Amino acid sequence: MDREKLGRLLPWISTPIMLILFLGIWQFAVSVVGVSKFILPSPLAVGDRLVEMVGERSTWEHVRVTTTEVVLGFGIAVVVGTLLGAILGKIVWLERAVQPALVAFQVVPKVAFVPIFVIWFGFGMTSKIVLTVILAFFPIMLNVLLGVRSVDRGHRDVMRSLGSSRWATFRDLELPSTLPYIFAGAEVGIVFAVIGAIVGEYLGGSQGLGYLVVARLNSIDAAGLFAVIVLLALLGSLLFAIVTTLKRFVIPWHESVQSPAAA
Amino acid sequence: MTPDTPLRDAAASAPMAPGAEIGAGTLPVPAPRPDANQSAELQLVDVNKIYQARTGPVEALKNINLTIGRGEFVSLVGRSGCGKTTLLRILSGLLPPTSGSVTANGESIWRGTRRDDQALKQFGFVFQEANLFPWFTIAENIALPLKLRGVAKKQRLARAEELCAQVGLTGFEGSYPRELSGGMRQRAAIARALSYNPSILLMDEPFGALDALTRDRMNLELQSIHAAAGATVVFVTHSIPEAVFLADRVVLLSPRPGRIRSVTSVPLARPRSLETESTPQFQDIVRELRRQLDEED
Repeated sequence: MDREKLGRLLPWISTPIMLILFLGIWQFAVSVVGVSKFILPSPLAVGDRLVEMVGERSTWEHVRVTTTEVVLGFGIAVVVGTLLGAILGKIVWLERAVQPALVAFQVVPKVAFVPIFVIWFGFGMTSKIVLTVILAFFPIMLNVLLGVRSVDRGHRDVMRSLGSSRWATFRDLELPSTLPYIFAGAEVGIVFAVIGAIVGEYLGGSQGLGYLVVARLNSIDAAGLFAVIVLLALLGSLLFAIVTTLKRFVIPWHESVQSPAAA
Repeated sequence: MTPDTPLRDAAASAPMAPGAEIGAGTLPVPAPRPDANQSAELQLVDVNKIYQARTGPVEALKNINLTIGRGEFVSLVGRSGCGKTTLLRILSGLLPPTSGSVTANGESIWRGTRRDDQALKQFGFVFQEANLFPWFTIAENIALPLKLRGVAKKQRLARAEELCAQVGLTGFEGSYPRELSGGMRQRAAIARALSYNPSILLMDEPFGALDALTRDRMNLELQSIHAAAGATVVFVTHSIPEAVFLADRVVLLSPRPGRIRSVTSVPLARPRSLETESTPQFQDIVRELRRQLDEED
């Protein structure tokens, strides 16, 4: 087998090995070192609990709620972030005018607003979606702003020398050259969106996987707690994978999509 | 520009591949030109360009007067900073002159500081960089000017295929620019500029980034493209042998302020080959231009 192929296969070999090592050390810590199962349940106990939970209807209801919050919040964040980023990228004086406000908004720990959102929007999904949007739209907006500014000068010259209309310049140059930036922002944004939904659920409400984490904690069900975290990790990975796959289809020409071996 | 004149260069250029039929009369191409030598194709009268730099105004171009005939190949040479690129950008409508007039076929390409897009439609531009769009395939890149002119997809891609054959890119129509070498990318850029049969081709050091061997080959190809398309070419380069090899006339520019130092006719027979470069006549012209350039120091 040549090096190139080996390089492409490597993560598929290394990841299972690392996972098995991780689970082995974990099991070892529990059964040999003797860590209390209230602090650290064994991977087997977590596995059992996970299987049990997957069989329950209520678990899927929580999954549905969290997924809805993340997808809706992320969707709104993509639209708002792209629009705001494009506007600020195009209008330099406006960007300069709102820059201090943007920085202030960015450094404020937005999670601290959750109680306020609960007061304003109630304990339902709305307050979580609001937090999700606020967390996820920022990286998208910043990336789009950068993308709009980074349109290649030479490419602009080509369009100008061809006497291109504004609309054609947008369609054939500005939009495609900004797409990679939108996706770069979206890849960060989807992770933030999941965080936003879960933290929102921690602090208020009676639905969603974040709520389930707190509920398992209150009933001192450590294995159940771990099982919910596994579910959350799976949900987050799945959503991230969807965004990455979408990127592969929408901008197959971009370097970030190529496998390093082919470059 | 009338939309239903027959495709002018299809027959003159490379033989058409069977099946790559172009619907004559469907591509918007420039109207057939009136008799050659009837009037100047490009004319610059008293063109000045002053930049406002931080240290004060800089005269990039001073009193440029130049008349370029139909089908003529003119090279602009000079040291960096002599205003060659500025001159080309003014000609192409990318940069307004501070004063003076620029006309193509008697029509001004500038209306005040606004360019006349209609007059510009007869221009093709090849830049230092290929400037292909990475999100388009080679064929889509070549067909881009036709897309902007509203030519239907099928027709413009057929034209792109034909142009690929003309510049030696057959088989790469569906490739992305990053999959091609620098020379191939520059060929695609030339094909893109030729796609709408411009009567004037402006080239800004198009082969500057290529290795010497590729450059020689590109120069030969450019010569045959020029012969086939019959377009007027203004070619900027910093290589004197390249300028002499390609041109009917070589315009030497001097820096600070950018002005025309001399205009040299190159009476060498066409088609020229790599052997042309070793003839005494060729070398005399190159030597004379070098001497003029050295005098500046």
